[in-house]
Amino acid sequence: MRPLLVSRFTATSYIGRGIGETAASLRARRSGLVPCAFETVRLDTYVGEVPGIAQESLPGELERFDCRNNRLAQLGLRQDGFLEAVRESAGRWGRRRIGLILGTSTSGMLATELAYRRRDPASGALPPDFDYAATQNSYSLGDFVRRRLGLEGPASVISTACSSSAKAFGAAWRMIEAGWIDAAVVGGVDSLCLTTLYGFHALQLVSPAPCRPFDAARDGISIGEAAAFALLERAPASLDSGSILLTGSGESSDAYHMSSPHPQGRGAREAMEQALAMAHLSAADIDYVNLHGTGTPSNDAAEGYAVSGLFGPAVKASSTKGATGHTLGAAGALEAVICAIGLTQRLMPGSANTLRLDPELGLDYLCETRPDERFRRALSNSFGFGGSNCSLVLERAA
Amino acid sequence: MSARHEGPAVLSAFVRGVGLLGPGLPSWQSGAPVLAGAAPYQPCPTVLPAPQALPAAERRRTGATVKLAIGIAQQAVDAAAIDPVRLAAVFASSSGDGAICHEICETLATDDRQISPTRFHNSVHNAAAGYWSIATGATAASSAICAYDASFAAGLLEALTQIAVSGAPALLCAYETTYPEPLRAKRPAPDHFGAALVLVPAPQAGGLARITAQLSDAPADRMSDPRLELLRAGIPAARSLPLLRLLARRESGRAVLDYLPEQRLAVEVLGCP
Repeated sequence: MRPLLVSRFTATSYIGRGIGETAASLRARRSGLVPCAFETVRLDTYVGEVPGIAQESLPGELERFDCRNNRLAQLGLRQDGFLEAVRESAGRWGRRRIGLILGTSTSGMLATELAYRRRDPASGALPPDFDYAATQNSYSLGDFVRRRLGLEGPASVISTACSSSAKAFGAAWRMIEAGWIDAAVVGGVDSLCLTTLYGFHALQLVSPAPCRPFDAARDGISIGEAAAFALLERAPASLDSGSILLTGSGESSDAYHMSSPHPQGRGAREAMEQALAMAHLSAADIDYVNLHGTGTPSNDAAEGYAVSGLFGPAVKASSTKGATGHTLGAAGALEAVICAIGLTQRLMPGSANTLRLDPELGLDYLCETRPDERFRRALSNSFGFGGSNCSLVLERAA
Repeated sequence: MSARHEGPAVLSAFVRGVGLLGPGLPSWQSGAPVLAGAAPYQPCPTVLPAPQALPAAERRRTGATVKLAIGIAQQAVDAAAIDPVRLAAVFASSSGDGAICHEICETLATDDRQISPTRFHNSVHNAAAGYWSIATGATAASSAICAYDASFAAGLLEALTQIAVSGAPALLCAYETTYPEPLRAKRPAPDHFGAALVLVPAPQAGGLARITAQLSDAPADRMSDPRLELLRAGIPAARSLPLLRLLARRESGRAVLDYLPEQRLAVEVLGCP
């Protein structure tokens, strides 16, 4: 497949609204995941809660889509001139020639959780104002963003847990390559809800402290929330210096277990190898790997094994989840955008919170953010429940 | 890549195997004559098969959605006589498992809030994709996509696109299970329904038909039997029925499938001799 131009990108997470704040936080290695005070949740854990979601209001005609996830989506769309960039792109290609493929794991699930507290005492019915299609359903995110952007091209939402929005990049790329569309809005939005907080807690995968990816004493994830978007377009014949390109994407399945990775990261390695092959690169060409790096003992061990096995022990790598928390279905898009920010600003983000590296994991794991004028190629990993793996390669045009 | 061209895309593949499970349609083998109009339609509730391909420990943990998806995927793969290990798979459904969602929400509405870890990891939209991969040892890419009522056409479009780009076969598995109350009132559906297709890039002996899809402004086709039309209109995966009807008749023709508000997916079917 021919490389695509990532003509615009933006991210909103706990560490910042838009590229500027996000980059500043990455430079400062800012984390500050906070003790969970979300909604009525009483769990001994830390979260990356995005401020300002409650104040976000949807346009009147899209009122029925009102829920935390779609508010976060809109908050994200409003940053970095993204709405304007999509409008320009629609003018160039046509509304029907721009696809929309987003990833989420829980969409507007919180709306359903809250509606279940307001059931009719006699009949058990959910309240009349609860709108399943516009909130809980996975496609609610796609439907809302498509309307908000005024797009009319092919659309879908990918929901493969924590690889969802990385896979959105691959799916949109294929659709452009096959000729369905000329450009695509891709991204991921996931927001805090009780299902994931209590669910990961039930699986004993949540840390009681801020998560510490690749630390010898790592003990679980911290859940975050984010909205990250990118506009992918057919690359023009000549590129501006510093343009960001999507050059590789690889997807695989573990065929191993629903909630644990293959211990040697078999599927992870296959996804990375495919992404490199598509980009016509060898492992030595990659300057930096943004790890999935959730901070659970088994995830990081499997990924460390797979990454060091493929790239060798000298590859520079880090997880940015110590800063943002694990943003689940949004993580793939968020971390692809973090790579794009890093490539644009020539910096490799250091890992927040990681204090004492696990010597077993065999990588040049970055605990400090590192400026690097030669930083040109990044690979980003996203792995999810069900053994769903996706790796992306992003490059900076010379 | 041969599929690329400027202007509207037209993508083709060959149907090599079909899986079907729905009310009064217990398999493709017995359902095809009904859809073709050669046998009477006798509605009765969908019966879900136990997923024999899964290890016993995993089998016990699966709900209706996984049983349905694995059941139809297995039918299609068996009919196609294809090895699932390297077969890319697209799972398309408008929702995850409704019963699990209900149980989790009910628990979270109490003060207890201790949800079952198994239920939690089975609640993900890609649970069926994950169990299919575990059951068959499939290590190829698999996706789980949702486009609400447009989920079947979105899945077909993704599968055809994968085949055009990769030149490799793909499994499309579209399925929908019913929600229990009180969610059912918000998302009513008559019954469980699933349809699966094994699609291959080149004609092979034993194939059913060549299909060619493009976006269209034409209205979606309906089923002439009102009871089948009720399924088509009421279950996103059953939006496939006009296509399945043509495949069942082993005839050439065109089926327009429901997709997004602005456009439908028109599928030309060319029966294989």
